[in-house]
Amino acid sequence: MQVDHVVCAFCGCVCDDIRVTVEGGRITNARNACALGKSWFLNHGAPSDLPVARIEGKPASLDQGIEEAARCLAGARYPLIYGLSSTSCEAQRKAVALAEVSGGCIDCCTSVCHGPSGIALQGVGEPTCTLGEVKNRADLIVYWGSNPAESHPRHMTRYAVTPKGMFVPEGRKGRTVVLVDVRRTPSARAADIFLQIRPGRDFEVLWALQALVNGRKVDAASVENTGLSHEALAAMADRMMRCRFGCLFVGQGLTQTRGRHFNTSAAFLLVRSLNRHTKFALMPMRGHGNVTGVDNVLAWQTGYPFGVNFSLGYPRFNPGEYTVVDLLGRAEADAALVVAADPVASLPAKAVRRLAEIPVIALDTHESETTRCARIAFTTSTAGIHVGGTVYRMDNIPIHLRKVLDSDRPSDEEVIGRLLARVKELKAC
Amino acid sequence: MLKILNGEVYDPANNIDGEVRDIRIDGGRVVDAFGDGRENGSCRTIDASGMIVMPGGVDMHAHIAGPKVNTARKMRPEDHRLAPVPRTSVTRSGVGRTVPSTFTTGYRYAAMGYTTAFDAAVPPIAARHAHEEFSDIPVIDKGFFVLMGNNEYIMQQIASGERERMRDYVAWLLGATGGYAVKMVNPGGVELWKSLGNARGLDEEVAGFGVTPRRIIESLAEASMNLGLPHPVHIHCNNLGVAGNWETTLETMKSLAGRRGHLAHIQFHSYGGDPGGLFVSRVAELAEYVNTHPNITVDVGQIMFGDTTSMTGDGPLAHMLHQVSGRKWVNVDIENECGCGIVPIEYKDRSHMHTTQWAVGLEWYLMARDPWRIALSTDHPNGASFVSYPRVIRLLTDREFRREAMKKANPKAIAKTSLPDLDREYSLYEIAIITRAAPARILGLKHKGHLGAGADADVTIYDKCGDAETMFSVPRYVIKEGEILVEDGSIRRETFGKTLYVAPGYDKAVEKDIREFFRKYYTIEFENYPVQLEHYLPRPREVATIK
Repeated sequence: MQVDHVVCAFCGCVCDDIRVTVEGGRITNARNACALGKSWFLNHGAPSDLPVARIEGKPASLDQGIEEAARCLAGARYPLIYGLSSTSCEAQRKAVALAEVSGGCIDCCTSVCHGPSGIALQGVGEPTCTLGEVKNRADLIVYWGSNPAESHPRHMTRYAVTPKGMFVPEGRKGRTVVLVDVRRTPSARAADIFLQIRPGRDFEVLWALQALVNGRKVDAASVENTGLSHEALAAMADRMMRCRFGCLFVGQGLTQTRGRHFNTSAAFLLVRSLNRHTKFALMPMRGHGNVTGVDNVLAWQTGYPFGVNFSLGYPRFNPGEYTVVDLLGRAEADAALVVAADPVASLPAKAVRRLAEIPVIALDTHESETTRCARIAFTTSTAGIHVGGTVYRMDNIPIHLRKVLDSDRPSDEEVIGRLLARVKELKAC
Repeated sequence: MLKILNGEVYDPANNIDGEVRDIRIDGGRVVDAFGDGRENGSCRTIDASGMIVMPGGVDMHAHIAGPKVNTARKMRPEDHRLAPVPRTSVTRSGVGRTVPSTFTTGYRYAAMGYTTAFDAAVPPIAARHAHEEFSDIPVIDKGFFVLMGNNEYIMQQIASGERERMRDYVAWLLGATGGYAVKMVNPGGVELWKSLGNARGLDEEVAGFGVTPRRIIESLAEASMNLGLPHPVHIHCNNLGVAGNWETTLETMKSLAGRRGHLAHIQFHSYGGDPGGLFVSRVAELAEYVNTHPNITVDVGQIMFGDTTSMTGDGPLAHMLHQVSGRKWVNVDIENECGCGIVPIEYKDRSHMHTTQWAVGLEWYLMARDPWRIALSTDHPNGASFVSYPRVIRLLTDREFRREAMKKANPKAIAKTSLPDLDREYSLYEIAIITRAAPARILGLKHKGHLGAGADADVTIYDKCGDAETMFSVPRYVIKEGEILVEDGSIRRETFGKTLYVAPGYDKAVEKDIREFFRKYYTIEFENYPVQLEHYLPRPREVATIK
């Protein structure tokens, strides 16, 4: 069986042109998908012998798992719900409701990836566009602290570099591609210009570029530690001002290095200044398939995009206080529900140590470091393969997932929904 | 079954002006009698003696859901922090000042006696997002207008004279998005903004497309009419917020040439003066034209003094506001379709310009002769939050209150307007028109805005009170689809309303051409574009086109 126009929910590109072949109840091919997408489709789901629920590592029924997990959340004084970047908005909406009823915090992977981009938006705003605008108009593409060739393999071929667009009929030849990074990554091969800056000097380079774009003089001495010459900076500023439609794609090289939201704010301000001269947009290179969705769901339900606390019965936002690394690192959270994420494998050691001390409930489609350590682990079906639902592409375009296969396993939405109902009963609210 | 007895009923669509009447409700509708011998059976009864009974309020132009609103939410934590809303045993928590969260939006409308609201500007490609938020907006019925005034496919069809294909496309797009009406925002100007330009007049060419704003307006007005859409084309004119823009507004009205059209937030489009200079009111000229041309309806877009968030499909306008104020600025250009801009803004009562805008809005209400063709709006949250409607009502019904308010504003600006000479006071009957009956009629919603048999049982009951602001802020009861949801200003039960949409017919042959356009210029598959109504509209209600 062949299914067309299938949506790949692996990374923030959310390509929706995949032709999936299903043979014998398994996906055997995913045409048009990149290496990452193919792997996602072909290796979907957990082995069939992984039980739907496990308590302390022992197989349990779904009902038993729900009951145990609900008691754990209802009994916690300061529970944390974390992850959600690789599940549907339908599941995310229920997770926010559960956080509210539980009276703890909810945080998503944004706080450890593009949280600083969210903070820059709060500080200075954001001139941006959808990926189709880039395809149709952009003659200058700048990737900064991002390595799309490895992290978003189809970003260049599907959206930003090679496609022919309405006002870029010549495609690749009509665009100049600049890569700015601290090392020569595989993406450099696709770039016309590679600017290598010293690690930790992004802010200085961005600030100098902004000054040049604003017609200010930049002292050569002030940029000598950046790895770029004054001439190179002046040429870059000039190139950005002279393009017809530019787009700056911002990666975690900016958001998760020294400076964080100062870096992103400097980048956003640079692009804002460029709009006095020409049309220029920027876009965070969002990683996981629906990390943009969870920002959106949190924002519409609570007003805030990540790191939301419900202890007082209403949403409060304070990155650094209500965010996952801090809540765990300071040993504040006393229970955790992890959905579609693997914090044990990805968070700093101090935070992981706390996860080992407290009851952890994990929902995932496959075995992970986190599900192995979890007190209660649920094996759920995969949004985009076994169930439909909504995901948001990195440019905030909402796309409906197509269901390709049946599954005996419950969806994240179903498990969270049942937890919500049971926690409400237990807390009598 | 529910009886509302002895209330003083204001139901202008049925010519009921404060008469004491009983209202019967059965099955979510207003009925003449319960029938089947049930008339004397027991049912819930509200004794509304000494109370005022009106249909539920209808907001025909607000920004409450979708990508623009949500980006504004993400952008303004400092705004939310001022207004946290705790959860209760029946309601969800939230935040809510100028860009409230979804749950808070629904509760706030309901608690104010409004039971229907429309989002005025949704990018078609993000329609799914608006529907997702609608699913989290409780109580009220809702719908949205679909941005089409800068749609590149539409402009190409206009330029090549393909009128029928364009009309079929408009029908397809409304169906694909689950939208309600055709919206234009700065027609042609947003396309030009994608290369840093703007449209300054109706006859300026949209570079690269061979059309003018005038032709876009004419074509979409024509298409809306020919498709029999319940609501005519909904226009945000070119040159919003620019001194001297009243001429563009008048030209836009004239370009409709007798076709029906709704001009949104007309306050922002009624300024004389030289571009870049001070605003002067030109309401007199424009109101005269509207008064004598029954094909035109307006909503006001009243500004109120204070801090708010401007959000618009008019990208170049937002950039202008950013340059004037220096405050944070969001711009989003949306492929092939439209754009958006967001900037926080504070309207100051000391400011000459802001006072003029405030007075211009009030002049519109007071100078429009036919209340059936003017709807109360603040263009929420652009002029002010929708929670300020009760204060706007008091400004209209209470001349002395208005005079006191004028004293607090910039006196030089007030003196240049005709506001001090306008003694008109709105009656409750007229308020019921501009907040319910007229917007429902302009929207083509036959089952809303009135209390005749067959109407949706959306009813608001107010305690009579000398101060209209207090009265309209805290209704005694709000009934939605026959259920009492609000008592004494607080939500007693959470329900979810319906999504109103249209699905006009079209020649399916057009899809081949649209598909080709998608292949070339979109980044999403044609097959994945239409909204799955069965998934995203949990309570759909299709509104029929007019044959």
